[in-house]
Amino acid sequence: MSNWTKACNADAVDCEDVIPVAIDGHDYAVYRSPDDDYFATDGHCTHEAFPLADGLVMDNIIECPKHNGRFDYTTGEGQGAPICENLRTYPVKVEGGSVYIDLG
Amino acid sequence: MAATDSVERIVLVGAGECGARVARVLREQGFAGEITMIGDEPHAPYERPPLSKAALIDDEISPVEVLPATRLAELGVELIAGTAVESLDRDRRLAVLSDRDEVTYDRLLLATGARARTLPIAGGELALTLRTIDDARALRSRLGPGRSVVVIGAGLIGLEVAASASQLGCDVAVLEAAPRALGRALPAEMADVLVKRHADEGVEVLCGVVPTDITRLGGRFAVGVGGFDQPITADVVIAGVGATPNVELARASGLSCENGIAVDDRLRTDDPAIFAAGDCCSFPHPLYEGRRIRLESWRNAHDQAVVAAANMLGGNEQHSAVPWFWSDQYDIGLQHAGLADETASSVVRDSGDGSQIRFALAPDGRLVAASGVGPGISTAKDIRVAEMLIAAGNRPDAETLADPSVSLKRLLKS
Ligand SMILES: Cc1cc2nc3c(=O)[nH]c(=O)nc-3n(C[C@H](O)[C@H](O)[C@H](O)COP(=O)(O)OP(=O)(O)OC[C@H]3O[C@@H](n4cnc5c(N)ncnc54)[C@H](O)[C@@H]3O)c2cc1C
Ligand code: FES
Repeated sequence: MSNWTKACNADAVDCEDVIPVAIDGHDYAVYRSPDDDYFATDGHCTHEAFPLADGLVMDNIIECPKHNGRFDYTTGEGQGAPICENLRTYPVKVEGGSVYIDLG
Repeated sequence: MAATDSVERIVLVGAGECGARVARVLREQGFAGEITMIGDEPHAPYERPPLSKAALIDDEISPVEVLPATRLAELGVELIAGTAVESLDRDRRLAVLSDRDEVTYDRLLLATGARARTLPIAGGELALTLRTIDDARALRSRLGPGRSVVVIGAGLIGLEVAASASQLGCDVAVLEAAPRALGRALPAEMADVLVKRHADEGVEVLCGVVPTDITRLGGRFAVGVGGFDQPITADVVIAGVGATPNVELARASGLSCENGIAVDDRLRTDDPAIFAAGDCCSFPHPLYEGRRIRLESWRNAHDQAVVAAANMLGGNEQHSAVPWFWSDQYDIGLQHAGLADETASSVVRDSGDGSQIRFALAPDGRLVAASGVGPGISTAKDIRVAEMLIAAGNRPDAETLADPSVSLKRLLKS
């Protein structure tokens, strides 16, 4: 079952960057890729739960600000140590200048 | 010279951060042979950084495991824990264990780490030290509200322990023999930010104070201090006076050592079948004119693990990662990238929200180091960009560095 929920305005995220979004007490990270596509993942690193939105986005990679663990934010896949667990991703759509996440 | 024979058995000596990481990377790189990891601690590999920080504040210290037993099994890595490698027979490529067992290898990695230095003064052995989870548990059991604690050494681990002990309600004083705190690790201004925060929390950091001896005083301790009329008494004395690389096995096996097991920029020892990585080794750093350095940092253990694993499998990768470390004290986060010397000039970026970054520029304008302090991880992103600029040999414009309204990331693309 889909559950599309507005996360933010599309222009709130810079190109090749990320912002934090809290919905119903859960933290998400919303990304805008260098190609202007939008993505969403859980907001916290799977290593020691630091907020990913404070990290650096380079191409399709988000790097955790705490110990530089890396994920492909388009798939959630961890990219080596110290990451042992992948990151949960969520479907995203942009409509009327707003970014929506499917919380499922 | 690279050894070109086939590699079927790899032995990892030391089951710490680096050894565990190597095991994982070997599998990621497709190595299907035997991996045996031998560690003298009776535990699966765990992370040390939490031991002076968050974990020390918990009532029960539980390990953050680098590779839990289930992962080790999935990866097909045999862990022999609680057993030391006592000697190597390099001609027969054989490691002899403390239980007299023998393990043969085609390649061997020394990832033996370092151990806490004991204070070289009378009664120095009465001071607790912190390197292992067992040390942390012993220390934790002595900390609590109202207990008086003297920390000897205002390095990173000393200050982190001081912060954690203070958060547990202890009365803490830190004694440092050098004229200032964190002399080896950080620029003076950054150290001042941390020392001031300690003072705000009631933790005094006394510099230029040289302990002369420690004696028992009933259940307490007296620390004699040069120039003081009275010794300082405390319930707990902790020494955070640095670490000594574990080189004994390498030295006894005839391998060169120089402030650590001496390796080249490919992390090879002088035996082509033996590599060394992590806190135990010294290596020439190509970003800093090939200067031989030894690092005690978590990221370095990881970065070198990747290079060592590749080269043990016949690769020829150079280790050139920018040195990087972090520290957490109270709610302040510190991150530092690079290495600076006295010839560097500094540029400050003050963001106005309590966080600041200090950049060090070499006389030729190259960015060589950057350190950031601030609430939590406020400077993390910028330090990461700085690290990439350092790696690229970038000569950034000082005004851009100093202007917090300009994104540093832009410099990467210029
Ligand atoms: C309290 C504490 C806090 C830290 N905080 C930070 C931090 O905030 N940031 C940071 O960047 N770094 C930090 N570090 C440093 C970081 O933990 C080390 O750099 C890292 O652990 C190095 O990994 P290693 O595998 O080289 O060595 P180690 O983790 O020390 O592992 C080496 C292992 O080899 C074993 N061994 C030695 N000789 C033998 C032998 N002959 N046979 C079998 N086993 C042997 C040792 O007992 C040990 O278990 C901290 C360290 C400590 C102690
Ligand atoms: S918390 Fe993200 S890498 Fe450690």
